[in-house]
Amino acid sequence: MRYALFLGCTIPVRGQHYELSAREVAKTIGLEFIDLEGFACCGFPVKSISAETAMVFAARNIAIASEKGLDICTLCNACTSVLTEANKELSENRELREKVNDELSKIDKEYKTGVKIKHFARILYEDFGLDKLKEEIKKDLGTLNFSAHYGCHYLRPKELYDGFDDPENPTTLDKIVRVTGANVTDYKNKLQCCGGAILGVEEDISLKMAKEKLDNVTANNIDALVTVCPFCSIMYDDNQRKIESKFNVKYDLPVLYYPQILGLALGLDQKNLGFRLNKVKANKLLEKLETGGMKYDS
Amino acid sequence: MEGIKIGGGVDMINTKDLDPNFKYEVVKEHGGTNIMRCFACGTCTAGCPVRAIDDRYNPRKIIRMVLLGMKERVLKSDFIWLCSTCYTCYDRCPQDVRLSDIMTALKNIAVREGYIHPSFKEQAKLVGTFGRLYEVEDFDNKKRGKMGLPPVKKTFDDVTKIIKDTKLGEMIK
Repeated sequence: MRYALFLGCTIPVRGQHYELSAREVAKTIGLEFIDLEGFACCGFPVKSISAETAMVFAARNIAIASEKGLDICTLCNACTSVLTEANKELSENRELREKVNDELSKIDKEYKTGVKIKHFARILYEDFGLDKLKEEIKKDLGTLNFSAHYGCHYLRPKELYDGFDDPENPTTLDKIVRVTGANVTDYKNKLQCCGGAILGVEEDISLKMAKEKLDNVTANNIDALVTVCPFCSIMYDDNQRKIESKFNVKYDLPVLYYPQILGLALGLDQKNLGFRLNKVKANKLLEKLETGGMKYDS
Repeated sequence: MEGIKIGGGVDMINTKDLDPNFKYEVVKEHGGTNIMRCFACGTCTAGCPVRAIDDRYNPRKIIRMVLLGMKERVLKSDFIWLCSTCYTCYDRCPQDVRLSDIMTALKNIAVREGYIHPSFKEQAKLVGTFGRLYEVEDFDNKKRGKMGLPPVKKTFDDVTKIIKDTKLGEMIK
């Protein structure tokens, strides 16, 4: 399985631990990532100003993958939804396709149908498959207890995602976490949005949204929250200290990217999974994993 | 532009201030097509995570204001920028109004009318300059190299060109 790896804006600069762990995991289980130099912003950040320009951005990236005959693997939820939406609209609407291709012709690009776009976590669940993933597990994470945060654009709008998960009651991320042997704990208001998209508009609302999630997941005794999106992670990890001081609360909850924990279960060296870059340190959890402890009955 | 205060401090709408054609303008905008399907059930507002925290943002009310023709008050408002694009309302709406897309359409119209939120203006400027939301400096690529990650491009001439060609450059000046 070969994919063009789409990093988007945030990951190469602020989510290198996500990128590093995803690359290490892919290499270990035999997924090939190809880096295409031309990949730039997906279009999401300009959609509020001009949906049409965002569409041209997305089409430009898809065209670059199409030139190489590659499908796209994304790591960010927002990139996934914007690219998938453009792909769907452009393949269904000829008039729109011609309009977008007029713009693209000025930079010698052409959108063509046929490129598939999938999030890395969905690829692991759907294309690689749970059974095969289970066979790859070298180290049982049975002493650890996680909660999963999907992130809105991983699931919605549902018309983009071929029904691979249920957006009102999602289970796929829970399943790929559970495959590591770890326990997964459900929590109140699981679908709650991280608020990342309006952080720059109204920080207050955005941080309150993230706080609700941190309150709900820490109501249970978990070792970490698991995410698959850099925006969500920035809200829960990078902004956790800010939320703690603003609202006078204490969480000290590590927020890990899914490939970081899958990497542990694949027996990869911790040093190659970027834990150094998580803002809230995961040392306690890593120690617990080394020293052993009571296994959860799941 | 503000309505006359009546009993209980409720704003009365002055019909002279309304633009009955505003809804058709929204219908024509990309993503705005289904706005007139709304029968005001309130499913959107009930499930909205932003509304749960701040009642300035009320999707049902925004749709109603558009349908009534309160063009200037909607476009000038700060609330249209508060949608977190979680798509909860979009998926749950029994009338397939496609609310998240309507909010995008309203923001796009507002920008053309000269009302642009500074945060999005800043984002668009960064993307126009660097092809990404973040500037990649030599330091970043050095750090990436140390971690065994390949370098990433620092600027994209063709993305900058798209911004200019699609008039977005004018809008964010």
